[in-house]
Amino acid sequence: MCQDGRRKFLAKPTVFVLNGYDYLLVFLLLCSVVPIAAFTLSALLRPRRTGAERRTTYESGMEPQGEAWVQFNIRYYMFALVFVVFDVETVFLYPWAVAFSQLGVLAFIEALIFIAILVIALVYAWRKGALEWS
Amino acid sequence: METGLDLQRTFVQALEGFGLMPGVAQTLWMPLPMVIILVGATLWALVATWLERKVSAAAQQRIGPEYAGPLGVLIPVADVVKLLIKETIRPAKADPWLFSLGPVVVVLPVLLAYLIVPFGQHLVVTDLAVGVFLWVSISSVAPIGLLMAGYGSNNKYSLLGGLRAAAQSISYEVPLALAVLAIAMMSNSLSTVDIVNQQAGYGILGWNVWRQPVGFLIFWIAALAECERLPFDLPEAEEELVAGYQTEYSGVGFMLFYAGSYLNLVLSCLLVAVLYLGGWEAPIPVEVFVTGLGLSVTDPLVEVITAAIGITMTLLKAYLLLFTAILLRWTVPRVRIDQLLDLGWKFLLPVALVNLLVTAALKLSFPQVFGG
Repeated sequence: MCQDGRRKFLAKPTVFVLNGYDYLLVFLLLCSVVPIAAFTLSALLRPRRTGAERRTTYESGMEPQGEAWVQFNIRYYMFALVFVVFDVETVFLYPWAVAFSQLGVLAFIEALIFIAILVIALVYAWRKGALEWS
Repeated sequence: METGLDLQRTFVQALEGFGLMPGVAQTLWMPLPMVIILVGATLWALVATWLERKVSAAAQQRIGPEYAGPLGVLIPVADVVKLLIKETIRPAKADPWLFSLGPVVVVLPVLLAYLIVPFGQHLVVTDLAVGVFLWVSISSVAPIGLLMAGYGSNNKYSLLGGLRAAAQSISYEVPLALAVLAIAMMSNSLSTVDIVNQQAGYGILGWNVWRQPVGFLIFWIAALAECERLPFDLPEAEEELVAGYQTEYSGVGFMLFYAGSYLNLVLSCLLVAVLYLGGWEAPIPVEVFVTGLGLSVTDPLVEVITAAIGITMTLLKAYLLLFTAILLRWTVPRVRIDQLLDLGWKFLLPVALVNLLVTAALKLSFPQVFGG
């Protein structure tokens, strides 16, 4: 395929086993410069004033009542749990989808069973009210 | 035969011609496309903020910014300067580490994802084999940043906003990933370049949007929700939560959130263009004109012109989508949190699963049309 030429071309001088990931690493370093530069530039330019009033928590102009680090709605936790189930499912499906053209009908039926099990999980969570907000 | 402008090869060969080692030439090339894409991404995000103001103004029959430069084009620059010289206030009760790192963790994955956006056969920072999967996976880091910001601020509005933002982005990530999955199945690859190549050859008729209309809609809705755009801007909800997790941020912290959201919007539009609208392919294949004029596709001048058309096409498609996103903002009312989660879990998720299975079935039945 036309891609192989380029990948081989890139592969020569790298020390990495996986092609192209050296770019990812360098790009990550380069990207982290952006927020650092923004913070440094601002630190040089911005005014500095102090005062206890200034640093109080904003609560629409009222005196802040208590802390915000309190117990919060359990609903968020339920959604996070259901999310983990389905996110892992999609991760498992990625290799299947990419290799699907070589796998044929049997792989389709296998994925059908796999997804059916997860649909049962979704129906269960739905019936149990894990997906209800109110 | 490889076609298309390959700047890397030209650059490396030119340097090797000067007697440099191939490894050195490669290393010298490495940062160039990265810096270009970072500058480009920043510019596109700035243009997006200007467009947002101008289109919003037009939607409300106002004029919008007009004094800073012609048509107010310098207003984004003024914004950046204003935010940079603003005082940064960290609330006394906030957690210093979480509060400062929050915006950084939000903006970094967005910037990093520009690595895989292709503008031509070789006009991509690196054509990773995992391509879109890299984007799907690193974009799930952003909710952690939102939680850090929301929880670290020690402010009730921020806490609610942060939790809502995290719940929202995880809810829409699953349908988004499933929509991408159907595309990956049709292309037999996760590489963004392969995905565009698979749509090439038939002009506008070959684009994935015709074969994946449902996937396109799922992806677009989920992408808007991931970007926290109206009608899904609950985490920020100015009227109820002041600005959600951004409430306590001023100056740079706020700027990073703001930049992050627009960078993410531009990125999503670019990816919709790449995955569904044929990426750099023109509605009528450029090759038709080239051969019609009796030129060769490998002619250097033709290659440069084709590459320029490719970049213009990608950006044009992305900005068209951005325009729709801005118009949607002023057309659709905001949803409630329960409606938002219902839409994600009870509608988009089942539909995305069915779409995936239908794509698989169609691929088995009509392998020619659905990518072999």
